[in-house]
Amino acid sequence: MAINIKVNGAMHSVPAEPDTPLLYVLRNDLGLNGAKFGCGLAQCGACTVLVDGKPARSCVTPIDTLGQSEITTVEGLGTLERPHALQAAFMAEQAAQCGYCIAGIIMAAKALLDRNPQPSAAEVRQALADNLCRCGTHNRIVRAVLRAAQNGGRI
Amino acid sequence: MNAISRRDVVAGLGGITLAFTLAPRHTFAQQPATQQPRLPGSLDNNRLLDAWIRIGTDGNATVCTGKVELGQGIVTALAQIAAEELDLPLERVQMISGDTERTPNEGVTAGSQSIENSGTALRLAGAQVRAILLELAAKRLGVDVAALKVADGVIAAPDGRKLGYGELAAAADLHREATAQARTKPASAHRIVGKSIARRDIPAKVMGGAAFVQDLRLPGMLHGRVVRPPGYGAKLEGFDEARIKAVRGGTLVGWIAEREMLQGRIARPLGDGAKAQGFDEARLKAMLPGVVAVVRDGSFLGVIAEREEHAIKASLVLAESARWTAGPRLPEEARIYDHLLALPTEDKVVNEKEAALPGGVKVLEATYRKPYMAHAAIGPSCAIAQLTDGKMTVWTHSQGVFPLRGNLAMALKMRPENIRCIHAEGSGCYGHNAADDVALDAALLARAAGGRPVRVQWMRADEFLWEPFGAAMVMKARAALSPDGRIADWNYDVWSNTHSTRPSEPGGVNLLASWYLAEPQRPSPPRMQPQPNGGGDRNAVPLYDFPRQRITNHLIREMPLRVSALRTLGAYANVFAMESFLDELALLANADPVAFRLAHMKDARARAVIEAVAKKAGWKPGTRGDGSKGRGIGFAKYKNLATYVAVIADVEVDRASGRIAVPRIYAAVDAGQIINPDGLENQIEGGIVQSMSWTLKEEVKFDSSEISSRDWATYPILTMPEAPAVEIELIDRPNERSLGAGEASQGPAVAAIANAFAAATGKRLRDLPLTPARVKAALQG
Repeated sequence: MAINIKVNGAMHSVPAEPDTPLLYVLRNDLGLNGAKFGCGLAQCGACTVLVDGKPARSCVTPIDTLGQSEITTVEGLGTLERPHALQAAFMAEQAAQCGYCIAGIIMAAKALLDRNPQPSAAEVRQALADNLCRCGTHNRIVRAVLRAAQNGGRI
Repeated sequence: MNAISRRDVVAGLGGITLAFTLAPRHTFAQQPATQQPRLPGSLDNNRLLDAWIRIGTDGNATVCTGKVELGQGIVTALAQIAAEELDLPLERVQMISGDTERTPNEGVTAGSQSIENSGTALRLAGAQVRAILLELAAKRLGVDVAALKVADGVIAAPDGRKLGYGELAAAADLHREATAQARTKPASAHRIVGKSIARRDIPAKVMGGAAFVQDLRLPGMLHGRVVRPPGYGAKLEGFDEARIKAVRGGTLVGWIAEREMLQGRIARPLGDGAKAQGFDEARLKAMLPGVVAVVRDGSFLGVIAEREEHAIKASLVLAESARWTAGPRLPEEARIYDHLLALPTEDKVVNEKEAALPGGVKVLEATYRKPYMAHAAIGPSCAIAQLTDGKMTVWTHSQGVFPLRGNLAMALKMRPENIRCIHAEGSGCYGHNAADDVALDAALLARAAGGRPVRVQWMRADEFLWEPFGAAMVMKARAALSPDGRIADWNYDVWSNTHSTRPSEPGGVNLLASWYLAEPQRPSPPRMQPQPNGGGDRNAVPLYDFPRQRITNHLIREMPLRVSALRTLGAYANVFAMESFLDELALLANADPVAFRLAHMKDARARAVIEAVAKKAGWKPGTRGDGSKGRGIGFAKYKNLATYVAVIADVEVDRASGRIAVPRIYAAVDAGQIINPDGLENQIEGGIVQSMSWTLKEEVKFDSSEISSRDWATYPILTMPEAPAVEIELIDRPNERSLGAGEASQGPAVAAIANAFAAATGKRLRDLPLTPARVKAALQG
């Protein structure tokens, strides 16, 4: 059994059953680390990716619901040499402690900046209300998103 | 902030890659420390210089530390210290941390001690290596050592001739005893220490690199899951075939949710007509799609599959079909403190000061309580284990790879030298979570994997139900106030379970699965941890100058819920109680809380942080709360021997809903010499925000049959919109020794919030957390 999915601009045929949550396919079939297993219950946001530009919890998204959708993970945003404005901002603000939540948060923030390029701090906090951070890095995360917005977060 | 170079990034990732591609170069046996002079920090029990630092022929340094990255930035800070003393650019220092075959044994990365212990060792080792290289260069160049200059790993003679460290590396004998005699740099000469160097581990974390043990993928790797019993101490009797036939339908997503609901519970009763029967384990395996092996050892039950989702699915089927005996019942949560106080205790007066009691004193008494709290890292614990040629290799986010190896050896009945534990980062950790437990799970499953590596990640419910919680505690304070408004007598009693059931504890095996094996291991007996570090009594001894005091620690040995070290151990609760009680006494004395603290505090550095935070926050003595808004202060010197922190919190109480908002928090911090200001600030602020989460929201819920905190809906934590603005002032003392800071702000933060609530409303909350229900009850009372 194989299913085709489009991730970060490339088509992949993966040997997974149709009801397999996208998270396991991204991590184990495509070797992408960004989306993380946090709860499997769509509660924490560590597995957040974009599906056609909208944030989705990959832990509860069966791959057979994706069709021709474009899936974007944090690996699809930028590279070390050419980081996305959000990735550059998270590094500049040192906006991580353990950092397990960060890739999911960057994807949720990407969706926010795509629809609202100049959000207020309160709007950033609200957009990330369902992305949990346990280390208490909340304020740095918000500052990083605002910094990315200033630097043109849509790139 | 310094720019991050590509090299930094590569070096940062190198820890993981190298860890399983390079064969060990040396094994560092621990040497007996008898009859040798004591060396500072961790040098003392790892006395060979090249256990810490090696110089390559490329002139780069390889620096080894037994301390590990937990998201606190320690590997970057230690690299700064080593690079500084070695006079090498930071990017030419490669760090290796936490590997039983390659790094010194520094026990557990805990207690905010890494800068003090590992940092001290690396500072002295770095200075000695530099001195050895200089001596060699002086000989080769035929000049006096004092005439040489060093910059960026190049030694220059006055006539312009130069030698790089790489050219001297082969001749430099670093396989020798560390002496701790070489002169370290004065703070005024520091170029790397004291700078906000960007952390090495962050780029991979924002780019989707292999940053965590969860991200390691070894060739041929299998996936495992464990089926835990329905509760502590339950035993596996067998399987019911009828249940296996009853499944399935629905999607994997639904299955996973179902598994999460089922963990820690007895499977639902079978429908009418279905008969429970015995089950053949070989048939069981045959019925599970994609499964490589079902592993049962006594009441340990696990499954290995080629694909992760199949391992999860199979574990649900097994969980539904497994038949367990019931373990002992839990106490009722509503009566937990009474239950704990009724258990036998080991009592010790840990501090006592005698003085005559003046006449005319007023006496005040209060009791404070702190519930069980969870570590609750966002990513559940994970490990990878591989058994090849009789050697077990375990990749783990344990805080202590050497103690873990020792416990694994006993549980697996292997010799320690046949087990290698390699640290790779995990999520969290905030103390002793399930990192060590999952390492044994993976090793037990790896024995059935035919030499292939097995990755096990706990699911969300596994983590909440089985992790060792931070212990519930009761603190009773009783003090006498003299007629002149000073504290004349201070009595303080704390009741708690142990705060360490780590693998490093002697006399047992402290890994969850080991207690359920056919030949079960026994956990270590709990023991009283001595002051000044303490356990339940950590920070129970006041730093204030009271003329007469008596502090008693009551260790409750029986543990109705599994407990161990949660960030700060007892300090969070003790600082909450002590600093709350100080405010209650200040009120009785009609004194301002800041002035009252200063009146009882001689320690100049403690006074300095209290005064600094008051100034920063614009504290106005005598300000009264208006029923909803108020501010409060809290102070502690962590363990009375690490970082000084004073915190002021502003709260707003919504009297209708009972919700407490904390719009702003101020802190002043003295950590001695600061290695990395941004790293320090990140730790202090993180501690404050986490403490606020503990303080307002967190308690492990349970009833007599089960733990009911099993996911983020039943164990909520602080969200982004709820986080306070935080303003921090760092007081750098470059000529003082560095003090551990990773746990220093939690206690002061809870005290500041609790005192701010009391200042705002005139009501005192003495039970944590400060939930809307408790707030409303207090406001109505």
